[in-house]
Parts: sequence; structure tokens; C-alpha cells
Amino acid sequence: MSELVIEKVWKEYGDQIVLEDVSLTVASRAFVALVGPSGCGKSTFLRMLLGQERPTRGTILLDGEALPQEPGPDRGVVFQRYSVFPHLTVLGNVLLGRELSGSRYKAKLFGAARRNAIDEARRLIGEVGLSGAEDKYPAQLSGGMQQRLALAQALIMKPKVLLLDEPFGALDAFTREELWCVIRDLHTAQRVTIILVTHDLREATFLADKIFVMSARPGRVLAEHRVPFARPRQLDIMYDKGFNDMVQELHGEIAQARVAA
Amino acid sequence: MRWINTRPSRGAQLALTLLPFVLLIVAYTMGSAARLAENANDKLLPGLAGFADAIDRLAFVADPRTGEYLLWSDTGASLIRLLAGLGISTITALVIGMLIGMLPYLRALLSPFVAVISMVPPLALLPILFIAMGLGEASKIALIVIGVAPTMIRDLALKALELPREQIVKAETLGGSSWQIGLRVVLPQILPRLITCLRLQLGPAWLFLIAAEAISSDSGLGYRIFLVRRYLSMDVIFPYVVWITLLAVVMNYILDRIRIAVFPWSELEKQA
Repeated sequence: MSELVIEKVWKEYGDQIVLEDVSLTVASRAFVALVGPSGCGKSTFLRMLLGQERPTRGTILLDGEALPQEPGPDRGVVFQRYSVFPHLTVLGNVLLGRELSGSRYKAKLFGAARRNAIDEARRLIGEVGLSGAEDKYPAQLSGGMQQRLALAQALIMKPKVLLLDEPFGALDAFTREELWCVIRDLHTAQRVTIILVTHDLREATFLADKIFVMSARPGRVLAEHRVPFARPRQLDIMYDKGFNDMVQELHGEIAQARVAA
Repeated sequence: MRWINTRPSRGAQLALTLLPFVLLIVAYTMGSAARLAENANDKLLPGLAGFADAIDRLAFVADPRTGEYLLWSDTGASLIRLLAGLGISTITALVIGMLIGMLPYLRALLSPFVAVISMVPPLALLPILFIAMGLGEASKIALIVIGVAPTMIRDLALKALELPREQIVKAETLGGSSWQIGLRVVLPQILPRLITCLRLQLGPAWLFLIAAEAISSDSGLGYRIFLVRRYLSMDVIFPYVVWITLLAVVMNYILDRIRIAVFPWSELEKQA
């Protein structure tokens, strides 16, 4: 179980209200997307879920318990950039989570424990489509491959919630669609709750079960949409009328939010 | 074509690299020849034969008084001081720099202090060092440490602070404690910078070494240069200066090779 309940959360910096009375519930194993214009506080919201920042008012509960006040292994994350460690190989990056949690002082595994961890890491590396690149450093990988690596690295911790902060924003359109499919399959296979922050409406509609639309300054939840399309979804769903109607509706709501702000 | 877009070919590049060195040697040789033609006993700009003679005397003939080969014993004495000073500075800078970079409490405590200390002119402290620590090795090594360590601490603290926040948060979500993050995320990423920082500090370290040796010593490269200055022995001073420069250049090169061999990813990052 990994239900996330956000209740009446406010975030203020002095006089400035960044988030105003945000309430939403993310069911266990759901895939939720947050969309909105820039400045709508979705990154602040994600930082609060990570534990980097605290709400000024309101509560965030994960499985009924208050979130710890700093980042921890129950919440994995993939950022747009700097998610992987440049000084570790692909295998080293994925292994790191195992090594940190398995060895308190040396933060390195040896013998059978290491072999087990390597087997698991290799399996995840295979799942994200990086087999054969185990010994490469991030600088030798394309942007898309680095984000695949970041996903595998986060998932080895088996987090309750995986937070994705515009993870594909820096990628070209084709790579982005490839990675949508990787995420889709990982979500099905790993049964993890995923919260995706994005301003790509097609991305949100293709991937999520539920989409929250946010307004800017102050950030509020304007609308909540259930995405009705059956899973597993294929990329050609994006040519369907229903899909495009939904993207258009989201677009309209965000356009209005931008005018209001 | 614009000047900013014209590039030398490989051969031209090599020729251009060598040109200033050749010019320097030619200019010296001409000056020396002119002076020697006027006065065969001129000491200011000795000819190549004079240098060869002095190098032979210092490097390959034992000193009649001590039985030592002066160039090598001077080099040994200086290198031990230099390496001891740089070694202490490196370890201090690594530990303190990392702590300042990682822990906000220690940053508040030490960062302004180190910044102020790094502004103290080390040579002005030399008399204090001589009085407090005596004229032996300790005061010379201390001068190098005082001269070099604060800058290295600041550089490494900056480097540790510059690591993207995302990386640290990511490490936390992988279950890392402060100690583990220091050990596995911050330390390996600032070690290449430590080497680069050390390379940049080679010049100042030599400066402080020569200064300390010039004022009080009975061996060392700096000591010898200032000793023979009394006799206007340019035939000794010039080769010693060249030798010191050569040592510094070789150390600089070796350190960079070490960085690339031990941290191959740091070179990849640079190219990426």
C-alpha cells in the first residue's frame, strides 16, 4: 500500500502564496500527473513531497503517516537533469542504492551480497533497455539513456512513490515517446505509485490515470480529470479523437489559468 | 576570413609552441656572446660552456667539504619540504573543505574564518614562524601550509557546494546518510578537483619554499641560489632556476596524468 493524502496544504514565502489550499488524494499504485503553467507551484509541491520543503499549513500523509521532514528511500525521484552520478558507471549508479542501504559505514557490498545486488541491478538495467551499457559512464550516454538509468537507479530501492519532475523535458520528441513506453511498462511491472510533474499535456494524457490541472500564483488545483483510456496504451492512441479532445480540454483550462494570472 | 576563425595546422601549432622558447634561448645566447666578446670574464650572462661547467661541478662532482653532490642534495632537501607542505595542505584542505561544503553548521563556523585567514600575506608571518618554531624544517613546511592550504580549502568547499542539489537529494532517496553521501557521492567527485587545485598551487608552494630557504637554511635549491648570489655566480643561478621550473612542470604534468588515470570519468565530463 502507498496511498498519498494531501490535505489543505498551503505554502507561503513571506507574503507570497505559492500553493493555496491544495487537497488531493493519490491512490496506491496510481499514476497521477500534475500539469499547469510555469509558476503554478508544481515544482514546490514536488519538493514538499520529497521532503525538501515543508508545507506552511496542512498535512501530507503517506500510508496514514506524516511525511518525514527530509528525503528518504520510500520516495524515489527522477529530475530533469543531474539525476545520475557522473563518477559511477551505469552498473555503479544502479548498485548505489543497494550499497547505501546495505552497508552502513563502508557503503560498499562484498561477496554474496554484492553478487545478489549486481544480479538485481542487471535485471533493472535490462528492464529500462540499457543492457550492454553497464560499464559506461553517464557522460558516454545520450540524454535519453541517462534518464533510463535514473529510472533504474530509483527503482532498485522499491520506493512507495516515484516522483518524476519533468523527467523528459530536455529530450527530443522521439526519445521522449520511447521513454513514455519505458515508464508505462515499469509502472505496470513494478506496481509503484507515480506522480509526474510535466507541462507536456500529451505526456500526461498518455501516461496518467488522473490529471490535476493547476493555476498559477497562487497555485491551486483547478480541475481533476480521470483519464478513461484502457491500459496498456499504445503510442497510436495519440491519433484518436478522444485522446485529442482531452488534450485540447486541458490546454483550454491552462490557457484560462494563464490569462487569469 | 575573420581572425577568430583561422586555426593553425598541426605543424604550425607545434612550431608556434616552440617559437617563444627558441626565441628566449637565441636572445640569451646573442646577449651572452656580445658581453663575452667585450669581456671574457663577464659573470652576468655566462655562455653555454660556462653553464655546462657549473652543472658538471654541481651535479657530478662531490663537494670537497661535505662529500655531497650539491644539486642532488639541494633537490632532495627542497622536495622533502615541498612535498611535506603540500601533503599536509592537501589533507587539511580535503577534510575541512568537504566539511564546509557539506555541513551548514560548519560552514557558518569556518567559512568566513578561512576566508579571512587566506587574506593574510604568508610571507609577513614568516618571522613569527621562525621565532615560534625555530629555524629548522618545521617553520619552512608551516609557511608552505599557511600559504597554500586556505586557498585549497576554499576551492574544495566551493566545489563541494557546487555539486547539484539534485544529486544530494537523489542520494538521500537512495537511503544515504550524511557520512555515506560524503564518502560515495561528494568525496569521489571532488578528488579530481583536489588534484587540479594542487597543480594550481604548485607555483605558490615553490614561491614560499624558496623564500623560506633564502632567509634561513643550510641546504635546498633556494638556499643555493641566494648563497651564490654573493659571488654573482649566474652560471649556477640560471641552471638552478631552469631545474626548479622543470621540476614544477613535471609535477604538474604527472598530477594531471594521475587524475585522468584514476578518475577517467572526470575527463569524459570535460569533453561532454
